[in-house]
Amino acid sequence: MSEMRYTKDHEWLRVEGQTATVGITDYAQTQLGDVVYVELPEPGVILAKGGEAAVVESVKAASEVYSPASGEVTQANQALVERPGAINTDATGEGWFYKIRLTEPAQVAELMDQATYDAYLAELG
Amino acid sequence: MSETFSGSRGLTLEQPLLFEQDSPGLTAVDLPEPAAFEDRLGGLARTTPPGLPGLSEPQVVRHYTRLSQKNFGIDSVFYPLGSCTMKHNPRLNERMARLPGFGDIHPFQPESTVQGALELIDTCAHWLKTLTGLPAIAMSPAAGAHGELCGLMAIRAALEDRGQPRKRVLVPESAHGTNPASAAACGYEVEAIPANARGRVDLGALKDRLDGEVAAFMLTNPNTCGLFEDEILDIAQAVHEAGAFFYCDGANFNAIVGRVRVADLGIDAMHINLHKTFSTPHGGGGPGAGPTVLSAELAPFAPLPMVVERNGRFHLIEHAAEAGDAKPFGRLKGYHGQFGVMVRALAYMMSMGSDGLRQASADAVLNANYLMARLKDVLTPSFEGPCMHEALFDDRFLKDTGVTTLDFAKALIDEGFHPMTMYFPLVVHGALLIEPTETESRQTLDQFIGSVRGLAAQAKAGAAESFKAAPRFTPRRRLDETTAARSPVLRWAAE
Repeated sequence: MSEMRYTKDHEWLRVEGQTATVGITDYAQTQLGDVVYVELPEPGVILAKGGEAAVVESVKAASEVYSPASGEVTQANQALVERPGAINTDATGEGWFYKIRLTEPAQVAELMDQATYDAYLAELG
Repeated sequence: MSETFSGSRGLTLEQPLLFEQDSPGLTAVDLPEPAAFEDRLGGLARTTPPGLPGLSEPQVVRHYTRLSQKNFGIDSVFYPLGSCTMKHNPRLNERMARLPGFGDIHPFQPESTVQGALELIDTCAHWLKTLTGLPAIAMSPAAGAHGELCGLMAIRAALEDRGQPRKRVLVPESAHGTNPASAAACGYEVEAIPANARGRVDLGALKDRLDGEVAAFMLTNPNTCGLFEDEILDIAQAVHEAGAFFYCDGANFNAIVGRVRVADLGIDAMHINLHKTFSTPHGGGGPGAGPTVLSAELAPFAPLPMVVERNGRFHLIEHAAEAGDAKPFGRLKGYHGQFGVMVRALAYMMSMGSDGLRQASADAVLNANYLMARLKDVLTPSFEGPCMHEALFDDRFLKDTGVTTLDFAKALIDEGFHPMTMYFPLVVHGALLIEPTETESRQTLDQFIGSVRGLAAQAKAGAAESFKAAPRFTPRRRLDETTAARSPVLRWAAE
């Protein structure tokens, strides 16, 4: 499996060649609680790194999901709209949000790797 | 799994839906058979019965009476929801709103027949301008968020008039969601400004983001953490130096009314939620109203309609052509604003007087600080020092107890209190935002404090299971909020 990269806002990104899959981390879903609604970007939308990409709503709160990298959305996980609970049960697998074609692949190196993200989580307590 | 055969607990009565009480054919009234008539529906008459339940009159009367008794609100209990501000609606306001000259008029009546109503709008406007120190006001916005839109549209019109249209609006992280939503609805990009460790706007971060593309900075003061933004004069200066406007969300004006004139803080525009500061009904009891005060620079762009007085007569200016040199940005709402709400707000202002309004803001802040002082050793306050009109705690006091903020709130229901606001603002973890308001007595506050202290001790003593089982004494126990949100059943259907 390809390497996972992370943002400080708890999004993950997995690179597969020119495209990458994006979702929110297990830590993020724990903090949100049961997810009840998700709004995903349409294929063809151009996202800038750090720009709002999706919205996720739980029984506690609604939050934005920011794109970890710039690119064009190639696919959204429509199954998630029907079954947002997948974010809680399998955040880094079935709970993926969307795939993008990376326009600036160098941005990936700016994201945290697994060890750095784990240390970041430990810091948050 | 009821403890009784009926499902009722003593006089807490189990109440099925009207449809579930259906006795087919039963009616409350005995109507004579209609005389013969010719069907003029052209074959469109329905062929199936409408599916209404058969009920007797006592069944219907009992049904609605019992439902009304289950209503849990400010008239029956302490209701410390935070980020809501005042909740009491004085009965005097309702009496005034029902006076025939206010209650039975129509917006299309000729001006000459509604002089008193126009004078009331003008008088209400006068006092709102006096209390804020700003020279102009738009009375028509129908709610707080509508007032935000009004202020931002005036700001946009002023910038365009200067020949300097701008792109962005800055909003603090702790802001109500309506702030970024209003800015986006007005066509602006929104950027969040982080809070500092004291729960206030990070002035340095704000200055870094202020440039020639920023149209406005929106701030709530006191803010959503219940704290006074004590660097507000520096904030105003920085915003103005960047050529931007300073918008204030007046949601928490009740904490400072009669004590701080927002004009003195350098604010250019602010909406006033009449239901949060001037005792008019909230939400379902509404409608709301969000009159918006404007600085001299924004005043020419205020929306229509407006009431003006000329030679002792009151007139409604409804068209830009009648507005003289002003350049109104347009009209926000049909008719003239939420008139009935203005009647209530003015009744409150006049019955309180300026001394009463000052007393109410002082009492709101005193009550919140009393709770803060009596609870800070058992709960965990998110920020140091005194608060304003509401007390914010986070869930550090529940660490390792297995009890969550949600469980704690549910246990408060068993104690006979409406829970506080939970999980908002988002800037602290597992927030509990408690707002007692100015109307609560020392006895009520002490009773609430006793329950919170008792529950906190119980949580720390390892009673997680009893919290998970709460509420235990309500008609329904813990609801499955997740399934309710994911697969809501919104209407009854025959099986």
